[in-house]
Amino acid sequence: MTPLLASAVPPRLVHLSPVDVVIVVFYFALVLSIGWYLKGRANTGEDFFMAGREMTAWVAGLSFLSANLGALELMGWAGSAYQYGILATHWYWIGAIPAMLFLALVMMPFYYISKTHSVPGYLKLRFGEPSRALSAVSFAFMTVLMSGVNMFAMAKVMQIVLGWDINFSIWVSSLTVAIYVTLGGLRSAIFNEVLQFFLIWAGALLIPILGLYEAGGWTNLKLQIAHRASEQYVHLWAGLGSFSNNPMGINWVGIVFGLGAVISTGYWTTDFLVVQRLLAAKDIRSAEMAPIIGAGFKMMVPFIVILPGLLGLAVLPEKLVPESVAAVTGGHSYNDVLPLMLARYCGPGLLGLGVTALIAGFMSGMAGNVSAFTTVWTYDIYRPLINRKGSDHHYVNMGRWTTIIGVLISVGTAYLVMQFASIMDYVQALFSFFIAPLFGTVVLGMLWKRATSAGGFWGLLCGTLSSVGMWAWVKVDPSALRYVALSPHAKALAQDMYQALWAFVVCVTVTVIVSLATNPIPDGELTGLVYGLTEVPSVGDVPLYQRPLFWAAVVTVIFFVLNIMFW
Amino acid sequence: MVSIWFFIGVSLAVNGALTLAAGVYQLLYPPANPGVVLFNLHANVWWGAVLLVFGLIYCFKFAPRRQS
Repeated sequence: MTPLLASAVPPRLVHLSPVDVVIVVFYFALVLSIGWYLKGRANTGEDFFMAGREMTAWVAGLSFLSANLGALELMGWAGSAYQYGILATHWYWIGAIPAMLFLALVMMPFYYISKTHSVPGYLKLRFGEPSRALSAVSFAFMTVLMSGVNMFAMAKVMQIVLGWDINFSIWVSSLTVAIYVTLGGLRSAIFNEVLQFFLIWAGALLIPILGLYEAGGWTNLKLQIAHRASEQYVHLWAGLGSFSNNPMGINWVGIVFGLGAVISTGYWTTDFLVVQRLLAAKDIRSAEMAPIIGAGFKMMVPFIVILPGLLGLAVLPEKLVPESVAAVTGGHSYNDVLPLMLARYCGPGLLGLGVTALIAGFMSGMAGNVSAFTTVWTYDIYRPLINRKGSDHHYVNMGRWTTIIGVLISVGTAYLVMQFASIMDYVQALFSFFIAPLFGTVVLGMLWKRATSAGGFWGLLCGTLSSVGMWAWVKVDPSALRYVALSPHAKALAQDMYQALWAFVVCVTVTVIVSLATNPIPDGELTGLVYGLTEVPSVGDVPLYQRPLFWAAVVTVIFFVLNIMFW
Repeated sequence: MVSIWFFIGVSLAVNGALTLAAGVYQLLYPPANPGVVLFNLHANVWWGAVLLVFGLIYCFKFAPRRQS
């Protein structure tokens, strides 16, 4: 979410010893071995695109989280924590946990029992072909572009951190992902994502542990941050009463309703990149438990992302600056805080683990993009719009070729971004246009049986266009942000929140008006797709501690306790 | 099919062993300029050992022979 791009190349931050290089090489060898081992288990469409729908709750849940836990996410949000303080934690707690629990308990049963291959596939079942086509084409296009943008940004990071050549980073990482996803399909992507989840923790966990030791514990850390920055940097909610009382320039309405209710719910419940992992679950209980397991671990991620940023504020001798300033002065930017902390504490071996964690994070995100793109292209674009009569074997072959072509398009995008850096901002903005309206369309489709095909299509289209319109308005006239975010004190991050909120409102309003003006869909055609007309399957006769509702309640309690503790 | 947890065990065990070995080497032959803060804690020794132990437990528990 946070852009990572430096236009100048300062001296490399760390130097790898031979043992570090061995650890990195072993990682590449292992992920390729897993892909090779699984190549015989990806011969049918269900195997290649849906991993045979046999993943346990733990595997699906960790993969679901890992697909989101990219290296740019880790480094970007550590940088945001340095820049904005503990407020960045909102993107991990209120900006994720309620959405994941909503997905588990409310939406997952419909995705699962409809046996859809994808989120656009659900739109086809619920609203018809036009909605699916709009959603699938926009998702496929944006996913592959985002993958390229992330690839370039990661190569740039590797150049800054390790001094690696950009071309080497792009080709080695992309070819590795292409090989193991082409060989083993979604199962290979999921297995490697779970492996990468463990490597990320193994490589990143020492930084906060040693950092807290050096800072003298949490209480001393807070005092040092208050001294070097501001007391507001260690409060989650206390400064959100108004736009001007906190470093982000946002208020609680934007965080709760923009981020918590729309952006995060839209992302976690309708972005096929993450939802695809849950559709591979072996049964309904696993499909519901997986996002709850993901939520439990998501609550802990700030420990390896936000805390290093806060520790950087307290213990790093130099003051980090914005990218634009660092590019001119040759200093280190906010986004360098995680590698700087890595270099501060990690000697031979540990450094290799930390660098492997960054590479693993990048590759899990890229594999997620590529496997989601492959499925949407094959099942939601190629099969319905180009070749309806292919055999299962034909579609699997199409999936393999699409994986390779998707990676090559991503590489092409990476080189395009290298030539025209501003493309990066446009692509990231474009991706955000679709999330909020898509959530509005899907959630109305699941919860309101009166929503019609025309309502769904026009709501999705108008919501997306309104988001584009607001973005363009602020781009042309930056002072327009005061109208979009309803405050003259609003800053850039507030724009994302309010833009999403308004796009969602427009989508829902248009869907309702058009639906009420058009003929309802007969109830018989909505069975299995809408609440009230569907018998939601039971998770079975299992003890309390195996029930999704029980664990969702546990996660909810911990979520509230954490927010109160760091209020 | 070999369990994913076995692969994770192999990864943790190998990485742990390499990190532990690097740490022990530095313990026996301390560098003149360690280049890291808190070098005296020898984090690569105990963190490498933790990863090695967890990795071996996973390797043993999810070994293909035991699973079959």
